Parts: sequence; structure tokens; C-alpha cells
Amino acid sequence: MIIDHPLLGPRDAAEFTVLGDAALIHRPDGMAEGAEAAFHDYVYLRDNPAGLHRELWYHEQGDRSWLVVTRNTLTHEITEVALARDVARAEGRSR
Amino acid sequence: MRYSALKILAEGLTGNRGWKPVWRTPEPKAEYDVVIVGGGGHGLATAYYLAKEFGITNVAVLEKGWLGSGNIGRNTTIIRSNYLLEGNQPFYELSLKLWEGLEQDFNYNAMVSQRGVLNLAHSDAQRDAYARRGNAMILSGADAVLLDRAGVRKLAPFLDFENGRFPIQGGLWQPRGGTVRHDAVAWGFARGADSRGVDIIQNCEVTGFTMQGGACLGVETSRGAIRAKQVAVCVAGSSSRVMGLAGMRLPIESHVLQAFVSEGLKPVIPGVITFGAGHFYISQSDKGGLVFGGDIDGYNTYAQRGNLPVVEDVCEGGMAVMPMIGRARLLRMWGGVMDMSMDGSPFIDRTGIEGLYFNGGWCYGGFKATPASGFCYAHLLATGGPHDTAAAYRLDRFRRGAPIDEKGAGAQPNLH
Repeated sequence: MIIDHPLLGPRDAAEFTVLGDAALIHRPDGMAEGAEAAFHDYVYLRDNPAGLHRELWYHEQGDRSWLVVTRNTLTHEITEVALARDVARAEGRSR
Repeated sequence: MRYSALKILAEGLTGNRGWKPVWRTPEPKAEYDVVIVGGGGHGLATAYYLAKEFGITNVAVLEKGWLGSGNIGRNTTIIRSNYLLEGNQPFYELSLKLWEGLEQDFNYNAMVSQRGVLNLAHSDAQRDAYARRGNAMILSGADAVLLDRAGVRKLAPFLDFENGRFPIQGGLWQPRGGTVRHDAVAWGFARGADSRGVDIIQNCEVTGFTMQGGACLGVETSRGAIRAKQVAVCVAGSSSRVMGLAGMRLPIESHVLQAFVSEGLKPVIPGVITFGAGHFYISQSDKGGLVFGGDIDGYNTYAQRGNLPVVEDVCEGGMAVMPMIGRARLLRMWGGVMDMSMDGSPFIDRTGIEGLYFNGGWCYGGFKATPASGFCYAHLLATGGPHDTAAAYRLDRFRRGAPIDEKGAGAQPNLH
């Protein structure tokens, strides 16, 4: 697979490590009501779709940036790549 | 029909006209006591043991494709019981004991071959860890032999003992481990279940569950609705998709594991050998092909194929431990989709929905578990309680803080 890095251009997926579902950006509030159940779901449960999947990839052998890669789990086709920082900001998760 | 040497002789003398199809092709009935979703190794084993051990024969096995078209036909055929943790090892030892008597039990040649499994150690620390693992195996009733360098050299003199980075220091050997003809396992269980009255229905995809008041009353399929007192899902690889139809989210991701077969060679590999410093395992089939594999690719996928970086990694592992295979040419490679769970261990449990049961999360170790998985799942369905050896495989174990994490990798499925 080739990941089209927003800053560096097309890079081999072998340069990256993959963490998993980009929903992991949305870490629950540990002080909120029902935090224990929310953390169980956050840490252990996954949507695991067959089709488009947004996931976190880390450019370990490159610029050490985190990316949100939208990839089809049936075909391995990558349709969108963005910096995780920008995605997190857009979704209200980062300063 | 019972298979025997006498039967072969008699058929040979009479033109082989008496052989019958190994199982029937029945139309689905409107209602069963148990509907098993998934006609792979585990589903067919479940049906077999339900009928044979628990006398429950009003059972259907529904298979979306053809029988055994999933991972029972895509694995590397290894059987072993060399786990460490209490929640796992007695279960896998039960499985190995069932493998040992399986062919006589279901009267079918599954080519169970106990040619031994050898895990190589490349450091003092790894040898210590193997000593501990070997003791855990022996405590569960399994066999384990800790080998020094000379012992390993006697078993496999062709290994690269003086490798500069990963010299071989010893190994853990399980003589009772080995390989099995994987397709024959599906066929044998199917034949055994069918002959006891179980309906095996192929080309029948489950498209939904019939729910009423929080209970599961049956399944919707591509061949109509089927009512059932118990619905037992057994579709590892696609567990999230199928259980999603019931509104459940699982502690599972789907990943691909690649496997490889070389051209046929004269016998060179005596049993199963695993590299301890990377991830590479190899055996040789009875046809002569070297059957080997390594790590999963690491990203979520439902495609039954992987990518080249892992191919390179697996082959590097092979070259590091046995350089003699470098000249062998690769004949075939393929991938299988597997349930990777959050602790690397499986589930055999009831769900929060009355009448709906779940078996999955087998990671890349489902094949060796086939008989015990079927046995314990049948036990759960028939008695309502888990089998002693599978009592830890509960869906709520993460909530209770009781994961069974052999590798200690945490809730990161692609690292198990």
C-alpha cells in the first residue's frame, strides 16, 4: 500500500506503524459520570467495518507524524489522508 | 456408511459403485433446536459434539459459501498445546487430546501426524521463559522437553546454530504436537454430524437475527427465516459483521495472516519449527511443500490477501534460521481473515441477548483449537454452563479486569 502523506507525498506503508480506528482520538473524560464504562468501550470495543475505515497511522520511519488514513478494508484502496493533528482540531479534540 | 480397510477392498472388487456422498444436501426446515451460523471447522465440530456427546440432533449448520471455505482451508495445519496461562493451556491440552483420538472417533482419515513442535530459543532469557512455559504445560498434563543446543542439533542439524545475531541456544520441544490435514477435519466433522441427523445447509447466508423482546428467536437467511431455540454464531474472521446484525460491538478487529507453500521437496523438515527471535514457523506437508508463515499484516482488513512487506519479513525470518531453504521456490501464497481479540485469546460465551451465543476471537490460533472449541461450545449450548477448560473465555472479561494476555501486549490486537 502507498500512503499519500500530506507533507511528504507518496510513501510506502512499510514506513508506518498502524494503531487502529481513528475513533481512538476521542478519549473519554476520565472525571465524567460513567467514565469506567466509557473507558471500557473506548479501550476494548471496535466498530471493525468491512468497507471504509478511518484509522491512525504513525510515520515511524519518516517524519514521526500521526495521520488519519481513510482506507477500504475490502480492497485496501486509500481514499483520503490527513494529519491527525488537523483532524483532531477539526473535531474539537486538540488545542 | 462406516469406512474401513475391508470396505475399500470390497468396493475395489465391485467397481467402486457403492460409495455415497459424504453428507446430504437438505432443504432448511422452518425450525431447529440449535442453528449454528458458520460451516467452518469450529461450527461443524460444534454440531458433531452436540449430536454425539449431548444427543442434540435437531441442529442446522448454515454456511454462506461452501463447507469449510473459510479459515479451516487456509491455515498452516499446526496442532500444539504449548501455552502458558491458566485460562488457555488446559483448553488447548483438551484440544490436543481430542486430536489424538479424532480419526477413530469420527471414522475419517484426517492425517493427524504428531511429528513434534520445536520452539527455538536464542538467548538465556528466552530459555528461562521456555523452562517456565514447559512447566506450565506439564502441569496441565501436556508434554514438554527443554532441549539444549546438542538436543536441538540432533533434531534439526540444518539450522543456523552460529548465526551472528540469533545463535540458537536451545529450544522447547512438544513431541505430541504436529500437523493435521485441515480440509479433512471439516469433512470428517461434517460427515459425523450429518450421519447423526444434523442438517448442513450450504449457500445459505444469514442476513439478520429475528429479535423479540430482547431475545433471539431465529435467523433471517438468503433462503428464508429459520426459527431456533438457540442461535450459535461461529464465524471467526467475520464475527464483527455478523454480531453487528444483532447490534453488538465486539472486542475484535479483523486482520489478515498470510501463509506460503514452496515447491515440493524431499523430506527435510522433521516437524514444526519456529524461530524465536522473529516470527517464522515452518513445517513440511506430506506432498513435500514447505508450509510457512509469520506475522499478521497489522492493519484492519477483510481482503483475503496481504501485502509485500510482510512477505519480505517472513522470508527474512526463514533465512535467519534455516538458510538452506533460500533456493526453494515459492509455489503459492494466500491470506486468511481472522478475529484478532484485545488480549489474543478467544471467546466461547452466551451474549446479553437471550438465545444468542458467540464463539470467535481465535486470532491466528483457531485451527489447533477446532475440536475443543466445538466440544466446549456444544457443552455451553447443551448444559447452559461453560466447560471447565473454557470458563475464562467470557465476553465480559475486560470489564472484570481479567484478560488472558499470553503476550502481555495489552489492548492492541495487531501486536498479539
